[in-house]
Amino acid sequence: MGLKKRIIPCLDIKDGRTVKGINFVGLRDAGDPVELAKQYAAQGADELCFLDITATVEKRDTLVPLVREIAAVLNIPFTVGGGINDVTLAKEIIKAGADKVAINSAAVKRPELISELAAELGSQCVVVAVDTKRVQNDSDNGRNINKIEINDKAKPSLLRLRSAQADGLTNKVFVAGGRIETNLETIAWCEECERRGAGEILLTSMDHDGVKNGFALEITDLISRKLNIPIIASGGGGTAAHFEELFKDTHASAGLAASIFHFGELPVPELKRQLVEAGVEIRILST
Amino acid sequence: MIAIVKYNAGNIGSVTNALNRLGIENKVTDDPAELQAADKVIFPGVGEAGTAMRYLRERELDQVLISLKQPFLGICLGMQLMCNHSEEGDTKCLGIFDTHVKLFKSQEFKVPHMGWNSLNSEFRILDSELLKELPQEADVYYVHSYYAEICDDTVATCGYILPFSSVLQKNNFYATQFHPEKSAGVGERILRNFVDLP
Repeated sequence: MGLKKRIIPCLDIKDGRTVKGINFVGLRDAGDPVELAKQYAAQGADELCFLDITATVEKRDTLVPLVREIAAVLNIPFTVGGGINDVTLAKEIIKAGADKVAINSAAVKRPELISELAAELGSQCVVVAVDTKRVQNDSDNGRNINKIEINDKAKPSLLRLRSAQADGLTNKVFVAGGRIETNLETIAWCEECERRGAGEILLTSMDHDGVKNGFALEITDLISRKLNIPIIASGGGGTAAHFEELFKDTHASAGLAASIFHFGELPVPELKRQLVEAGVEIRILST
Repeated sequence: MIAIVKYNAGNIGSVTNALNRLGIENKVTDDPAELQAADKVIFPGVGEAGTAMRYLRERELDQVLISLKQPFLGICLGMQLMCNHSEEGDTKCLGIFDTHVKLFKSQEFKVPHMGWNSLNSEFRILDSELLKELPQEADVYYVHSYYAEICDDTVATCGYILPFSSVLQKNNFYATQFHPEKSAGVGERILRNFVDLP
């Protein structure tokens, strides 16, 4: 018995409504994030993540009241992210009842924001979302940052990573919903996030996102062993076996997914049942 | 009526939300008369021990809290403040529970201890009214970097890096290191049990 691996459904929100047709049996309003939140909690989700993709700058008007509504009905922790770029909005969201805020592009643009949020809210409230992608390494600079010491006892995943480097591939941080490549090398950026006071990293592999062929084990393993803060892995989780290998082959603390839960392909209770059978330490509903 | 102690700590709103969900009347207050008159008192909190204790002392709330006679529930930082002393800011605390609060130290394990872990590990018995009708293997939600050492008032323990007190109880004083207000059905059962105490 110990700390359990967390299963986190993620919901995209736009103008206060859930994006994409989420297909839950018996749900009155599939677009209502509050209804969905309750449903996921009842199913045994360990935590929820809400990402607001509203395009407008002034999202306070819809997001903060929504957070307040979710907090009133939800009996598990939840994170809110998407376009949060200043301490004031982050504080409003926490005050409205969110347990954590997630920041992404704003942290890349101005890394001081991580330290400011950690000082203001406490590290446990600050999640930095990192979108990573393997790209062709076209500069000596990138290759140097990404240099990893390999010893004889290195895990196969590390060796695979080294071979990827040999292939001239580098893990780079992307922002703006994955549209813009930055010059940040992923591992170095995650280390900086921790140093600046991030409480958790939400690591999304863009190579795996939406493909449902498994999580990005190599980079997740490397970062989860290098950092002393929890890593939430995202992107690629399509089956219980994918979550099993995530939890057995890496030190990730949680696995996040969206559509497999929303469309009933792999309901949370079924995923958890299979993980328990596979010997992964998971919270099961006991009352 | 349940009084929730108002002080300079975060997370008080989530306790209000949880009680509202259970249909339990509650009020956030720092008025000594209201605290004394309440049927039960909840002392929640997320924050830093030194600043919190200073705030309580400046308003003489520390004396009010330790003299309360009705059932009293400390949560997370609230629990730690009910102990003798905390390493966090080398802070003298309320001294209700005869134990010390220490910082988790580990190279191997991530700190803070954050997530779902056992309400109770192997070697204590769930003999508390607060924990009745709960299965032995229940999980609850923790977020903390400091822990209360196991002592005579420990009624449940959790293991992370080392065994620590997950629930403390002495006379009318109860406390949980985890957050019942974030611990799904198990947490709701615990809050209900607390509210139902005679």
